[in-house]
Amino acid sequence: MGAGRLGAPMERHGRAAATSAPLAGEQEPGGAEEGRRRREPLRRRASSASAPRVRAAAEGARRDRPGSYSGSASVSRQRVESLRKKRPLFPWFGLDIGGTLVKLVYFEPKDITAEEEEEEVESLKSIRKYLTSNVAYGSAGIRDVHLELKDLTLCGRKGNLHFIRFPTHDMPAFIQMGRDKNFSSLHTVFCATGGGAYKFEQDFLTIGDLQLCKLDELDCLIKGILYIDSVGFNGRSQCYYFENPADSEKCQKLPFELKNPYPLLLVNIGSGVSILAVYSEDNYKRVTGTSLGGGTFFGLCCLLTGCTTFEEALEMASRGDSTKVDKLVRDIYGGDYERFGLPGWAVASSFGNMMSKEKREAVSKEDLARATLITITNNIGSIARMCALNENINQVVFVGNFLRINTIAMRLLAYALDYWSKGQLKALFSEHEGYFGAVGALLELLKIP
Amino acid sequence: MAECGTSDGGRSGDSLDKSITLPPDEVFRNLENAKRFAIDIGGSLTKLAYYSTVQHKVAKVRSFEHSGKDTEQDHEPPYEISVQEEITARLHFVKFENTYIEACLDFIKDHLVNTETKVILATGGGAYKFKDLIEEKLQLKVHKEDVMTCLIKGCNFVLKNIPNEAFAYQKDAEPEFRFQTQHANIFPYLLVNIGSGVSIVKVESEDRFEWIGGSSVGGGTFWGLGALLTKTKKFDELLHLASKGQHANVDMLVQDIYGGAHQTLGLSGNLIASSFGKSATADREFSREDMAKSLLHMISNDIGQLACLYAKLHGLDRVYFGGFFIRGHPVTMHTITYSINFFSKGEVQALFLRHEGYLGAIGAFLKGAEQDNPNQYSWGENYAGSSGLMSTSPELCPTQRVRSGTFDLLEMDRLERPLVNLPLLLDPSSYVPDTVDLTDDALARKYWLTCFEEALDGVVKRAVASQPESADAAERARKFRQKYWSKLQTLRHQPFAYGTLTVRSLLDTREHCLNEFSFPDPYSKVKQEENGVALKCFQCVVQALDALSWEERQLALARGLLAGNVFDWGAKAVSDVLESDPRFGFEEAKKKLQDNSGIDLILGVFPFVRELLLRGTEVILACNSGPALNDVTYSESLLVAERIAAMDPIIHSALQEERLLLVQTGSSSPCLDLSRLDKGLAVLVRERGADLAVIEGMGRAVHTNYYAALRCESLKLAVVKNAWLAERLGGPLFSVIFKYEVPAE
Repeated sequence: MGAGRLGAPMERHGRAAATSAPLAGEQEPGGAEEGRRRREPLRRRASSASAPRVRAAAEGARRDRPGSYSGSASVSRQRVESLRKKRPLFPWFGLDIGGTLVKLVYFEPKDITAEEEEEEVESLKSIRKYLTSNVAYGSAGIRDVHLELKDLTLCGRKGNLHFIRFPTHDMPAFIQMGRDKNFSSLHTVFCATGGGAYKFEQDFLTIGDLQLCKLDELDCLIKGILYIDSVGFNGRSQCYYFENPADSEKCQKLPFELKNPYPLLLVNIGSGVSILAVYSEDNYKRVTGTSLGGGTFFGLCCLLTGCTTFEEALEMASRGDSTKVDKLVRDIYGGDYERFGLPGWAVASSFGNMMSKEKREAVSKEDLARATLITITNNIGSIARMCALNENINQVVFVGNFLRINTIAMRLLAYALDYWSKGQLKALFSEHEGYFGAVGALLELLKIP
Repeated sequence: MAECGTSDGGRSGDSLDKSITLPPDEVFRNLENAKRFAIDIGGSLTKLAYYSTVQHKVAKVRSFEHSGKDTEQDHEPPYEISVQEEITARLHFVKFENTYIEACLDFIKDHLVNTETKVILATGGGAYKFKDLIEEKLQLKVHKEDVMTCLIKGCNFVLKNIPNEAFAYQKDAEPEFRFQTQHANIFPYLLVNIGSGVSIVKVESEDRFEWIGGSSVGGGTFWGLGALLTKTKKFDELLHLASKGQHANVDMLVQDIYGGAHQTLGLSGNLIASSFGKSATADREFSREDMAKSLLHMISNDIGQLACLYAKLHGLDRVYFGGFFIRGHPVTMHTITYSINFFSKGEVQALFLRHEGYLGAIGAFLKGAEQDNPNQYSWGENYAGSSGLMSTSPELCPTQRVRSGTFDLLEMDRLERPLVNLPLLLDPSSYVPDTVDLTDDALARKYWLTCFEEALDGVVKRAVASQPESADAAERARKFRQKYWSKLQTLRHQPFAYGTLTVRSLLDTREHCLNEFSFPDPYSKVKQEENGVALKCFQCVVQALDALSWEERQLALARGLLAGNVFDWGAKAVSDVLESDPRFGFEEAKKKLQDNSGIDLILGVFPFVRELLLRGTEVILACNSGPALNDVTYSESLLVAERIAAMDPIIHSALQEERLLLVQTGSSSPCLDLSRLDKGLAVLVRERGADLAVIEGMGRAVHTNYYAALRCESLKLAVVKNAWLAERLGGPLFSVIFKYEVPAE
């Protein structure tokens, strides 16, 4: 259900949160695994609420879980000294390897002293130059210049934070580049989160001679969001919402100050969707997830329209008319269905008109792209709304790369949440949509003594 | 979301054979008396409902005029039997493809006699489309009814009136269908109707329900998106494609993102992280099967997840699923069940309905029939006239595809009196009448089906013999044979066709088929004769009993109860002996049991009742309302009691003082479902504070109620007259069951 009457631009997408929808089939029972995953945050909740020591013990007991890394074997004296200053060596990276996109944040120190510069090894310098002087890397790597955070102070160092993304299928090239640029000689620690931190761990080690510090993606996500929200967006607000989202004329994007962030429902829309209920910085639980996410939108668009990029899919969607594809309430009842208080414009059946051969022949690729976008977005809105009701939370923050410059989806989410909750729920968005996991990973790096 | 029942699946293909395989007069039965029409027209299936009266023969008993006749004379039967026409009410529901709607309307018009009918209630998305056609053909005014209201009304009706209506589905389990026992209180429940969209409705009472949510991702999404992706036009074919596909080729799984590490993380690698996540590429082709499968999972999971979220929010654990997405398709029942189990972690149960396709039509009919107060009556599914679950499912009957003209029927008989729970049941919600679930027990199923097949010729013979003056008895008996035989064959292949398969349902189906062909009571004459003989012996037996010491008398009374029980023409072992040696009978039975008592009611039950009365115990004697095998019916019992009272002052005064009450059970079966008993009996049991229940007979105490737990003391007794069952229970043929139970503390 939801409105299908918005019009707007496009962009490129996201990461795979380890979301969960089962396949109904010939597989081991998914429920047990899901249960285990759920229990963990709960345990974390309980322990953080009472005794920090218990938590530390629990963390220690988590083998092969976030935090487990082994540093380089040969650590020079100088570096031992700098470690004592409780500040890791440059370069500072945070990596989030999702199902579709790799998100990389890079902290560029701007307060480098002459002495430091002199000491700086060539490969480090070259990395810095390479990353900061380009906006595109290889065929598909992009630096989101507009997101760059300036004059940030991290661990007593001043600098800029850069946001870079590239497709996950380019990971082998990235690792190869690390080898070519001799990253391993820097003895830096690569903090990485997302499923790819596990999937590519061995490649990092054997090809790049790099040891990954693997981090829990949900921990990173939340830490990243809270941090970025606290530093703002170069003097502006990080968080925003839409006023009059359904009205193209009056719709306004307005800053929102997250004064009381908790409790908060966090909906991360990457390839799939994860939904978390957040009660404090380290007290949260994963409520549910759905496999109908950004990957579904893009995947279906590729099949239905032959498009090749997420940008293209969104661009098509912006020009299409989903009401030719979807069956609306008014198509069935001639108007509103008053018995149930359903407005005529609500979608009764996504792709419902496509049951008819004549109508299948009458739709354009743009219409199909638009309908796919509306379907996926409404569905996420619907699940998010039900979770908010069940968890008794009224502010919902949507993040993830599915929303990048995807104003149609954001406005639709804002409208659907407001409409179906009769104004009880507020949809919030964040400028750095898909990068929070990577930021969280970077923050973990800085914690390493 | 809203739209429900507007589409029924893609069976209306153009390549299909359009001939009607069933002659229309066997489909639209009893049209001459039909009134109160209702119609539910979906996207491809039409469901027609009408109310009709059925005239059928019943064997009535009444006492002779006493004037001048000496009833003690040897050749006189104790009462007279006359076959009379009786009129009962029946609901007819017929489901057929929209393709045949015109032909069907023509047929109905030609056969409609009743001219009182002026309107037809219509529901479903197609009601509008076919409005003019219906009005023109039938000359009836179409009244449109709200789709969801009809659906809920229909759902309440089937849940209340059809035992084993709801079932859980578990693919690859044995049995796949797990039928639910009827709950006395069906509310509240959640109904998730998956038509083109999904509607989620919370039903709180007969008249109160609320649309609590929905989703636009439903059957129309599967069909529409599926058609675009696979170029397959028909819903059924899409499902068929899906059943052959591998979704992992299209979906991005957790293991695709995590590599092999998911195991150490305790994640299931097979979980879908992103539906269609792998299709986000221009340089790969995907098979139609794989895409259909991925789409099916995506939609089923999504609906299941939302249903769980709504169930949780409203604190409900029973969710019924309906709509064309589900209708009779094992594939979707499986994926929905899987999803519900996954998302609710087993806390919510996905349930399906046997007559789900008829809900709208039933509801529309009920709306139109409010002046007849259909909800005040109890109704029973007529097994003879109903097609059974999945009679037209191509998944189950691959040949069905070419036989698309198949009609699916449901007939419900209005029962004379309302049926309720026996107030003495310990826990009505967990009461299961039947001792053996034949859907669950392949060995037992095979045995009993064969047993009923082998006994069929004997039943046919007896049916013909019961109507010697009827010219067409042989022909009707042949039709009966054919019908019951085909029912047995259906049950061999689809044991779940009518709910849980039990000996009771096999017996009941046979009774329904006999009635269908006007053999209302093949045993009436036999019973008349036996009762006559027994009545003559009554005083003799009572005197002999009275002469015994108390202890001996009790034993003799118990033997008497059991000996009478051997006269059960339904038990094959006994009937074999009787057919071969007509003189076999009383003496033989006595020998087998080495006893000297007599025929069931008169020489077994009445002396026992008399003893109880002598002790000062009040007795309610309940007999079947309608005939079944050679069981004495309520009306026969009244006549018999009258005759005994004339001979015996104890019985006489007890009847007069209402210390002995004769009532009917509400049943017309050799078995007994204590959750569907005559309301009058239930009221009496409560009023009189009954504290002992005696259940007698193999059908009532062994095939059913063997494990029934009551709140009072109980005595279950029977002679096991079936060698196979005797062996199962661990004893020889003609073993005695004499089970005294005290309720657990």
